[in-house]
Amino acid sequence: MSVNGSQRVDLEVVANLIPPQSRVLDVGSGDGSLLELLQDAKQVDGRGLELSQRGVNECVARGLSVIQGDADKDLEFYPDKGFDFVVLSQTLQATRNPKLVLDELLRIGNRAIVSFPNFGHWRVRLSLFVKGRMPVTQDLPYSWYDTPNIHFCTIRDFVNLCEELGATVEKATALDAAGQKIGLSMPWWFWNFFGQQAVFLLKR
Amino acid sequence: MAALRARKTNNEADQPSSPVLRFGPDQPLKLDAGTLLSPFQIAYQTYGTLNDARSNAILVCHALTGDQHVANTNPVTGKPGWWEVLIGPGRIIDTNRFFVICSNVIGGCLGSTGPASTNPATGKPYGLDLPVITIRDMVRAQQMLIDHFGIEKLFCVLGGSMGGMQVLEWASSYPERVFSALPIATGARHSSQNIAFHEVGRQAVMADPDWHGGKYFEHGRRPEKGLAVARMAAHITYLSEAALHRKFGRNLQDRDHLTFGFDADFQIESYLRHQGMTFVDRFDANSYLYMTRSMDYFDIAADHGGRLADAFAGTKTRFCLVSFTSDWLFPTEESRSIVHALNAAGASVSFVEIETDRGHDAFLLDEPELFAAINGFIGSAARARGLAS
Repeated sequence: MSVNGSQRVDLEVVANLIPPQSRVLDVGSGDGSLLELLQDAKQVDGRGLELSQRGVNECVARGLSVIQGDADKDLEFYPDKGFDFVVLSQTLQATRNPKLVLDELLRIGNRAIVSFPNFGHWRVRLSLFVKGRMPVTQDLPYSWYDTPNIHFCTIRDFVNLCEELGATVEKATALDAAGQKIGLSMPWWFWNFFGQQAVFLLKR
Repeated sequence: MAALRARKTNNEADQPSSPVLRFGPDQPLKLDAGTLLSPFQIAYQTYGTLNDARSNAILVCHALTGDQHVANTNPVTGKPGWWEVLIGPGRIIDTNRFFVICSNVIGGCLGSTGPASTNPATGKPYGLDLPVITIRDMVRAQQMLIDHFGIEKLFCVLGGSMGGMQVLEWASSYPERVFSALPIATGARHSSQNIAFHEVGRQAVMADPDWHGGKYFEHGRRPEKGLAVARMAAHITYLSEAALHRKFGRNLQDRDHLTFGFDADFQIESYLRHQGMTFVDRFDANSYLYMTRSMDYFDIAADHGGRLADAFAGTKTRFCLVSFTSDWLFPTEESRSIVHALNAAGASVSFVEIETDRGHDAFLLDEPELFAAINGFIGSAARARGLAS
């Protein structure tokens, strides 16, 4: 279910948020890159949930513990606080009900880590403003008519949603186009404008 | 000829051409039916070598009409073992690396105590005097076999269909003895549709005049026609419509025209007749009744107050479930509900659905994706168990 291109600079940022030997559920585990990274580098007890059967079979063949499932439907089967961390990387915008999904993540994990492409990035804004067309960028490589991404949000929107759900932002990182972290001292409007991707560590 | 074949099957039941472990009156098998089975025996095959730590043992559980000859030539049919494509030296389940055990289940007819075995009390085959055997009884007996090898914890238990039911029962009843579990094309209970098909098969057997109330050996007969019909009906459920259509369509068998009679005009008819006929050569009719019954009675959730998750509460076993898209006997949903229950129990679980039009039987065939999943799962479990490759 990791629906965007291969530029996954966010994976390392996510991995750095997770201490060794944690119990981790990766929702939208794709081909298993993050789980494999976590397993090899941090000896985590990792599980994955992935929408595409192809991705799941690939993960299992790689020796990862992954099941086929849909974040919109299947998270309800997971027990409360069953994991130290639940990760949703580059998947939120492809869910039908992002609010419900985020709510479930906060229920299942002691911490939730969410990464997503920032629709408030200046390129996106520029594309819409100047060309009057839906943006196609490195992180958002799809045309409007065949995109799996149905619920885009900006960093600002996401922060608002977290407030609505009573989630505390413990850490937030925005990555610019080069995959570099944007300094913490920068104000939110700056992140929202220059962050191409965002990674949030949340708790409730 | 029929009588000769009957004797041959019967000989395998008492004196199998594989190792056999006999349990005397001091070690009865406690049955779910509420009685004790004693004495009793388990026939089995092993491949590879048990390591010093006794940590590399894999138990393979066979399906309804399978047997212990999983990776060697079958003494009755002369054909290769039923999972030889998967198990053997250098294969995915590498017998140079793992110690593989496969036992004939209790109730079977190839050397473990079953209805064709001689009842020591009468000197005649048990027939229907054998108590009804459940999946849990089979697993209880397997557990005694595993004890005999001095194996505390099996590295992996795997199997398809009825074998998958045994895997689930192992993981539920003896979680501390199962490091990893691989149930394939199976369910945590037998559905009413499945029970219905089994009932058709049993009625076919019992309607055969040669069945003689189950005492056919004493009459020197066997209900071959009834058993063949049972097999034909069952065989259809193991395939898919797409596979049948692809393979046979409405093609005629060795003729250009319909005969306007009841010969096997169509290839599919002649194929099913062949399946039925070859089956009666290798399987005992009463055993078929017992085996189908054991599956019908299987319902793990019911054994745990109706909540499947409770059957696996606190389990440390690593699970991987596999289903096939065209399997209508154990559709993907059955596996998925087990996965949900395992998740609710906080278990480590993977789930792979394999796209194929070969139906339920796909688990016995050369399916690259199935093998990739088994390979990945066993490999990662072996690393976690500290079994060097």
